[in-house]
Parts: sequence; C-alpha cells; structure tokens
Amino acid sequence: MASQPAPVSGEIIVRVNNVRKTYRSTVAVEHVDLEIRRGEFFTLLGPSGSGKTTTLRLIAGFELPDSGMIEINGADVTKKPPYDRDINTVFQDYALFPHMSVAQNIAYGLETRGVKRADIITRVDEALRMVRLEGFGERLPAQLSGGQRQRVGLARAIVNRPQVLLLDEPLGALDLKLRQEMQSELKRIQAEVNITFLYVTHDQEEALTMSDRLAVFNKGRIEQMGTPVEVYEKPSTEFVANFLGTTNILDRDGRRIMIRPEKMVLTGSGDTLAAAGYHGEPGIVRDAIYVGMFSRYLVELSGGAVVTVVQQNLDRFSASQARQRGEHVQVSWRPENVNAL
Amino acid sequence: MTALTTQTTPSGALRRFSALLWRHPRFGAALLLTPPLGWFVLIYLAALVALFVSAFWTVDDFTGEIIHEWSLTNFITIAGDPTYRAIALRTVGMAAIVTITDIVLAFPFAYYMARIAGPKLRAALFALVLLPLWSSYLARVYSWRLILSNDGLLNWSLAHLGLPALNIGYTNWAMWIVFSYIWLPFMITPIYAALERIPHSLFEASQDLGGRGFRTLRKVVLPLALPGIIAGSIFTFSLTLGDYITPILVGGPGSDFIGNVVYANVGIANNIPFAAAYAAIPLVVMCIYLLVARRLGAFEMM
Repeated sequence: MASQPAPVSGEIIVRVNNVRKTYRSTVAVEHVDLEIRRGEFFTLLGPSGSGKTTTLRLIAGFELPDSGMIEINGADVTKKPPYDRDINTVFQDYALFPHMSVAQNIAYGLETRGVKRADIITRVDEALRMVRLEGFGERLPAQLSGGQRQRVGLARAIVNRPQVLLLDEPLGALDLKLRQEMQSELKRIQAEVNITFLYVTHDQEEALTMSDRLAVFNKGRIEQMGTPVEVYEKPSTEFVANFLGTTNILDRDGRRIMIRPEKMVLTGSGDTLAAAGYHGEPGIVRDAIYVGMFSRYLVELSGGAVVTVVQQNLDRFSASQARQRGEHVQVSWRPENVNAL
Repeated sequence: MTALTTQTTPSGALRRFSALLWRHPRFGAALLLTPPLGWFVLIYLAALVALFVSAFWTVDDFTGEIIHEWSLTNFITIAGDPTYRAIALRTVGMAAIVTITDIVLAFPFAYYMARIAGPKLRAALFALVLLPLWSSYLARVYSWRLILSNDGLLNWSLAHLGLPALNIGYTNWAMWIVFSYIWLPFMITPIYAALERIPHSLFEASQDLGGRGFRTLRKVVLPLALPGIIAGSIFTFSLTLGDYITPILVGGPGSDFIGNVVYANVGIANNIPFAAAYAAIPLVVMCIYLLVARRLGAFEMM
C-alpha cells in the first residue's frame, strides 16, 4: 500500500518547531520538529507514553505547548483554540455525541460553521456514501457496531474538508480483520478527498503499510523520521531497529552492528557462503519454531550471542530437512545488509 | 466417582437447594424479591389505594362519623372554593419556581465540581453540599427564620452596609429562599452525576468541530445533563409539593400549602376524606410531571 509515490517535495502544511510540553514534572515531549507536506499520509509511531499522542493533541489545540511553535497552512496557531484551527480529529474512542443521530453528528461541524441547510444535507449524504454508511443517517451511535462508529467519526471529520485530518489511533479498538479492512479503507478515502492525514499509532506494521513518511517517537522525542523503507532498512538507533520489527544486535570489531533476521542465511556447519560475498559465523541451533510461511531459529553464535534467523519455507516444509535443535550450523549475511549503530 | 459423591453428601440439603437455585435463576430472583415486593404492595400501594378510596367518602357534619358512600363532594368543594384553588396553585407554583431556581443555582456548581475542580477540591465541595443534610431539617428552617426575620441577621447586615431593610420574613419570598436552599443538594447531586459521566472527548470533539463554549454547552452538555436535571427536579418539585413545615415556620399568614390544609383536616377538623382528596392533588400533579418528563425522553438517554 506504500506503493503510491510519496510526495517528496511540496508545500509544508503542518510545521512543528522545537515544541516542548510538560505535565507537572514529567516531560511529555521536547525538541519535536515536524514538517508535514500537503497531501501526505504521515504517521507518528511509538509505544504508549512516547509522546506521539501529545504531539497530535498539541497540533489539534487540545493542549498548549510550553514552548515552541506550531504552524498550519502557513499561519501560526500555537496559541489558538481548536475551533480556530482548520483541522479535524478522528478520536480513538470515536467521541460521537450519543444523543444525536449519525446524520446530526456528521452535520455538527457544518452547522457550527454556518453552512446552509441544503448544502449540509448534500454534504452529509456524500460523507455517508464515502464511508459506506448510506441509509444509517437516522440511527443513534448506540445502534452501531464499533467499526460503523469509527466510520461515522471519520465522516464527521472529513465532511468539513479540513486542511489536515488528525487520527488518534483510530483503529485501536477494532479486531484484527476489521482493522486491516479499515486500513485500506482509510487509504482509499485519503486518495478520494486528497486531505493530509496525520496518523497516530503504536502498531508498527500499520505504520509501515500505510504511511508515506513516519516519525518514530521514544521518550518524548523523535528518534527517526523518513519513509517506511528508510526507517525499516536503515534504522538510526537501537530503539527504532527494535520497535520496527525484530533485529539482531552484535558487537563486532568494537562496533555495534545490526542485522535483520530475514537477512541472515542458515546453512550446514561446513557450508560457508564466503565465495558469494557473505560473512559467516558458526553457531548452534537453540530453538526452531515453525510459523507456516517461515521458520524462526534462535542460534547461539560461537561468540556467545544469540541471534534470531528467519528462513522462508519456500518449499513444502518437512521436519527432516529443517534445522534441528542442537544442530551445528553456519549463519551468514552480506556486509551491505549490516547497519552500524 | 464414589469418592466424589461421598464428598458432596455432608451438607446435602443445603447443597441441593443451592443447586436448585443455580439451575433455576428465576426462582432465586423470586425468593429475593418477595419480601421487598410484599412490603411495597401491602404497605405502600395499599396505603395509596386507601387514600384514593377515602377521598370519595364524606364526614357527617354532626356526628363526625365517616360516611362510607361514594361521592364527589370533596372534589367539588376543592374545585369550587377559591381559597382551596389558591392554595393548590400557590403550592404547585412555588414547587415550580423552587425547581427552576435550584436548576439555575445547581448547574454551574455541579459543572464546576464535575469538570473543573481537582479531586481534593471536589471532595471538599461534596462535603459542603451534603453537610447540611446531616443536621435537622427543622433546625435549618429555624435558622433561616432567624436570618430573615425583621430584626434578623439579614437586616442587621444590610443596616451595617447602609442599605434599607428588607422585610421579607414571613412572606412567600422567605419560603422561596428557604425551599431553594433546603432542596439544593438534591439538585446538585444528580446533575453532578450526569455531568461527570460525559466523556472528556465529547467536549474536545465539539471544540474540534468548531463549537465554542456556549454552543458546546447548549448542544452537547445540556442534552446529556438533562436526565440529571430531571432527576433533581423530581426531588425538588415533589419535596416542595409535600412540605408543610416551612410554610408554618417562615411563611406568612397567607402562605398555606396543600400540606397545611391536609394537616388541619386530619388533626383539627377531623375530616380525613377531605384531607385525602386534597392530598391527591400533588400526586396527580407529580404523575403528570413524570409523564411529561418521559415524553421529553429524560429516562431514555445514557
């Protein structure tokens, strides 16, 4: 899904400049700098408490920063309340008004902005069609399923055609299948309305598959920013390497190096791939786990470090061919797949 | 298997009974509900029915004996006599005004408690709201009598501020102030409960969609607080309707309530059927009030 070309250049729609926010004595975010381009799908990724949601709430205007500046569409909004910012939010708990019908919920933002009654009706219908909830306008939120409520939350925000749409873990409460469905739905809708999406998630796979670019948060700071490929293939810190997928970290020649498990090759103990340009080390299989599409091995290298190696099961798996626990093997990797930290 | 069965036998009867309840949950519920339900039907409903029935009886003017014959005499007297009409209207009107006053006073207070105050301040405010309920109702009404009487605290304070005296002791104004004060906790508590349940994200969603403070209040907060407001108003309205002590203590000569008439007819005049008929008025008014509240959807939301 990241196949769409990322808008590499383009005007900056959201600019966050050296923002800092503290709650009492704890620092929620500091030194946060972001430049989000118009039309981009930008993700703030990180574990809970890393500052990604705080950053989103600062941009939305629900919180005011202690210092720093926030610009939306060229205008300084640092001290402006949410209702004076040309953005809308999709909330994690949907935040639908329980006493209003679906249509009334979606019309709320248009009414506050004084849109004409006739236009409101057409735009609400259009929004309902976009999220595939035609005919649900008269229902109350309590009469909808979780996925449907999420769509209403999305329609209620999008109908206002904001400059930027903020999404705060919008799929967090949905089960896996529904979540995957909504992921592609979100991408479809973004392409349709051509609005900048600023998306918060702790799900690394979601971030990789959906984003044009992403920022990885840790302990209130941005650790790395870039396209999914850049961040996954060339993580700049140990935290990023571990948070996006699994990784092996080794100390070699006085340096800390990192190799992804799928970029390691497992062969028989005498079977070095040196001729093919691989670097190899001997080891013993400590555990072998069959996962279906691939098998995962824990191999103890001669130096004592335990690495995870993932081998695709390209041919039909048979237990006799698989590496057994206790077997002596050779673990090899290409030097160009190594990242120095 | 045998070991298991021998293990279950010791408290056999009790276990069988407990298993029976487990297999038939309805039976258990029936067992649980019978005592309170019996109490409710026998004491509460039976008393109400007795009240309604006796309202249609009359009293022999000479002997004072109750005549057990169906008659609408009491109701005709109430409808026809301007004094009784005025008293009924005064009671219902005062109940309505007190309710509105308490809504206006309680809402901002409850809002502050539920949404703005921190946990410590909230607990302190709660204690302050509930503290008066620990003291006697009578003592509180008497203390207002001392405040509002012509040489009381109110006029003393006004005199010190160089303002003219307010002679509102023993008037309907005094009743209005005292009722509004006495029932205020019964309005604050349910509104607080309703406001406290509104998720914070709804406030943010309204702001996010362009809603400034007043619009958020009118479109989101008030509709969601309505069940609490209705619950509180049921308290303030019905408690005022049924009161007869405050009119005696702080009301003036022309401040009689329905309750005072009922009291006089039960005690002095010994005309229980008439008292019953007059007492039916607040019941009917309350029923109408509840029906209207239900029509407004006050019992459906949340």
